[in-house]
Amino acid sequence: MSLLQIDQLSLAIHGTPILRDISFDLDAGQIVGVIGESGSGKSMTAYSVMQLLPEGSRTEGAISLNGDNLLSLSEEQMCSLRGDELGMVFQEPMTALNPVKSIGDQVAETVRIHRQASRAESLRIARETLDRVELPADRFPLSRYPHELSGGQRQRVVIAMAIALRPKVLIADEPTTALDVTTQAQILKLLRRLVREDNMALMMITHDLAVVSDLADDIVIMKSGEVVETGAAKTLFQSMTHPYTKALFEASSHVPDRALDSDAEAAPLLQISHVSRDYVLPRTSLLASPPKFRAVNDVSFTIQRGESLGLVGESGCGKSTLTRAILGLEEVQEGEILIEGEPVFSGHEVQRSVRRKMQVVFQDPYGSFNPRHRVARLVSEPFHLLDTQPGSAERAEAVADALESVGLEGSDGRKYIHEFSGGQRQRIAIARALIIKPKLIVLDEAVSALDVSIRAQILDLLADLSDRFGLTYLFISHDLSVVRSITDRVLVMKAGQIVEEGQTDAVFDNPQHVYTKSLIEAAPRLPDLPTELTAKLATQNEVSI
Amino acid sequence: MLRYTLKRLLSLSVSLLVASIVIFVTIEVVPGDPAFYMLGFNAQPDTIAALREELGLNVSAFQRYVNWVSGMLTGDFGTSYTYRTPVADMIGDRMWISLPLALYALLLSTLIAFPAGILAASKRGSVADTLVMGTTQLGVAIPNFWFAMLMVLVFAINLRWFSAGGFPGWDGGFWLAVKALTLPAISLALPQASILARVMRSALLDTLGEDFVRSARAKGLTRRQALWRHALRNAMIPVLTIIGLQFSFLLAGAIIIENVFFLPGLGRLVFQSISQRDLIVVESVVMLLVFAVVIVNFSVDLAYALVDPRLRRRS
Repeated sequence: MSLLQIDQLSLAIHGTPILRDISFDLDAGQIVGVIGESGSGKSMTAYSVMQLLPEGSRTEGAISLNGDNLLSLSEEQMCSLRGDELGMVFQEPMTALNPVKSIGDQVAETVRIHRQASRAESLRIARETLDRVELPADRFPLSRYPHELSGGQRQRVVIAMAIALRPKVLIADEPTTALDVTTQAQILKLLRRLVREDNMALMMITHDLAVVSDLADDIVIMKSGEVVETGAAKTLFQSMTHPYTKALFEASSHVPDRALDSDAEAAPLLQISHVSRDYVLPRTSLLASPPKFRAVNDVSFTIQRGESLGLVGESGCGKSTLTRAILGLEEVQEGEILIEGEPVFSGHEVQRSVRRKMQVVFQDPYGSFNPRHRVARLVSEPFHLLDTQPGSAERAEAVADALESVGLEGSDGRKYIHEFSGGQRQRIAIARALIIKPKLIVLDEAVSALDVSIRAQILDLLADLSDRFGLTYLFISHDLSVVRSITDRVLVMKAGQIVEEGQTDAVFDNPQHVYTKSLIEAAPRLPDLPTELTAKLATQNEVSI
Repeated sequence: MLRYTLKRLLSLSVSLLVASIVIFVTIEVVPGDPAFYMLGFNAQPDTIAALREELGLNVSAFQRYVNWVSGMLTGDFGTSYTYRTPVADMIGDRMWISLPLALYALLLSTLIAFPAGILAASKRGSVADTLVMGTTQLGVAIPNFWFAMLMVLVFAINLRWFSAGGFPGWDGGFWLAVKALTLPAISLALPQASILARVMRSALLDTLGEDFVRSARAKGLTRRQALWRHALRNAMIPVLTIIGLQFSFLLAGAIIIENVFFLPGLGRLVFQSISQRDLIVVESVVMLLVFAVVIVNFSVDLAYALVDPRLRRRS
């Protein structure tokens, strides 16, 4: 009998069905990858196992751990299992720890709750556990607070809290989604090691096929609250019987069709020369001048008209600062940013005539719109950059055109933003960028928050728009596979500097800089498919999800 | 932590300096000559001039400011224009009513608000929550002087548990004095407690929804343990802010309640002094209140740092 058996689990919250007939097993020492897009019910499956469901939830079926049905246990009995036999790690390491308690206390608490251990004894176990998750005592004493740690380090503390008592089952809900690729690779390695050492069962929940493809033993694919396919990781990708699995796989490795611009004349659109940006840090002493942090350090590059340039780097490398400088949102201390030969700033003022040649699409489709305005008003906002404002008829027509060009209805302008899904919102953000017909569009992690199938659609849209309107893209992302699929040339940024630059394929196939190599090395990869399946997927020109 | 404290102390001194200038200038521009008011309409010009001389009103404004501040630093607040007694003594007597009253009201308000807010948040949507929210809504809406009069009617006139007003002084016995301050303190505390309970509830509900509370539950903590060990301390920041603001209000804002209960406190002193153009008293009391408010804010800042380790380092 398996260690954890989920048998025909159904869940409804306030009468709305969320999960239907979920069944899969988990054995000791086994890693099961649960994959699905947002709303597929993968997290709710995890919360059902932990019995940490929102109010108004009703579950049916059975979840048995060592033969006990968790669904029939009392809350008190569940409390004694959570943290002891069942551990859980969450997606967002930045908020998963209590900011006002030291990491030692937080790990020790797991021990103190379940064992009659003294404070000293539980702190000793906490120390051991932090050592096990590779946070050594000399650099990470128990007295450290979460805000003194990076995202990856915090995730290690969260893992330490979950495994302090060596639980039989560990559930990890998107544990690396918020992390950089190199950190992600380290955390995955750590999880694998812990599973091996403790003979623990790991339920690994993710939206990213590539993350689990070389980690998991078994894979469970979920869609709309149901399991659509299960199988051993080694063979699942080879067979892929369910159309959704195929579609998911295709979307994950989707490369949009882009017309190669052979007549791309070497006309520079954006020229950046020797740009540096300093931030003033708080004073350390009253007398000395405050220290500075150089976020962007002597960066130079050029984007040609019609080109799609990628900028990759990990969080904190300076790519967002650079973006803000290009958009004229911040002044730079040194260097020059020119659009078609004209500087963005004249004196301390942003030149509108230059500024209107570029627009931006941000990452978060939920936070980047004012919820009180109608879509038409949101989309027509960039008009304020023009010298003469269009009349209302002209304005309405422009809004309708922009919405139609991104695949929405012209009449959608009358709606409010909450009426749209994440993917549709990102289309609206693109429509907003298009409306004054800019030359350059800066895409700042524009597809990072989207599910793979939606991401594939947006990438297709971007490729299509670039062909139709001759747009130039600066594509900023931490996701190497996306950058590879949509850019001609790529820049790799680290600690404020460009460390490598070249044709996208050349850089990915043959990276020169050690940092680029480590990035590409760390990025999870989808397994190679047998050739007949690849051919079959290639002929499916429509992604049907 | 030391750095943080020193920085707060520096900002405290700057606040006091700015406040003293603002108070002095404001009172300077208020029309009305104190010497004229003290002597009445029939006073001779040379008598007024003599009195102005005596009160030190003839020197330059700057000199007067310097005299005022340096006097306060040595405990000399000047002499009341009206009563011809040292302002320091007048304030001293009344301080021993207003300060205990404010502290008493704050204590009551906290003792009511914390349990009520925590109860409402931990049982969100329950009868208890509805009851707390309803009562506090009422508490915020009822004017405290009306509530004070109602209490006088019930507890002083009908039940005769308390006296209707006045203050026997601390010499008459500690409990007697506390008893005299009880009704005023309750009247002051009621709206404050209502506000504080609502802030406590919403701050706690916010933190209960945080990811780290979910992490705590995943470790095996019960809902209750997660609330007490993890959510409460994080919810204290907004609550402390409100407590700080309320103390300032209780100290300076008790004018009406002091009048209702015939308490010879600072509020009544300011009220009388303003109507009598006894500007030196007004200046001094206002400055003292500012001092109290700044000190309270300073303590709240220190409390923040004790609650939140992130502030300790950011200094």
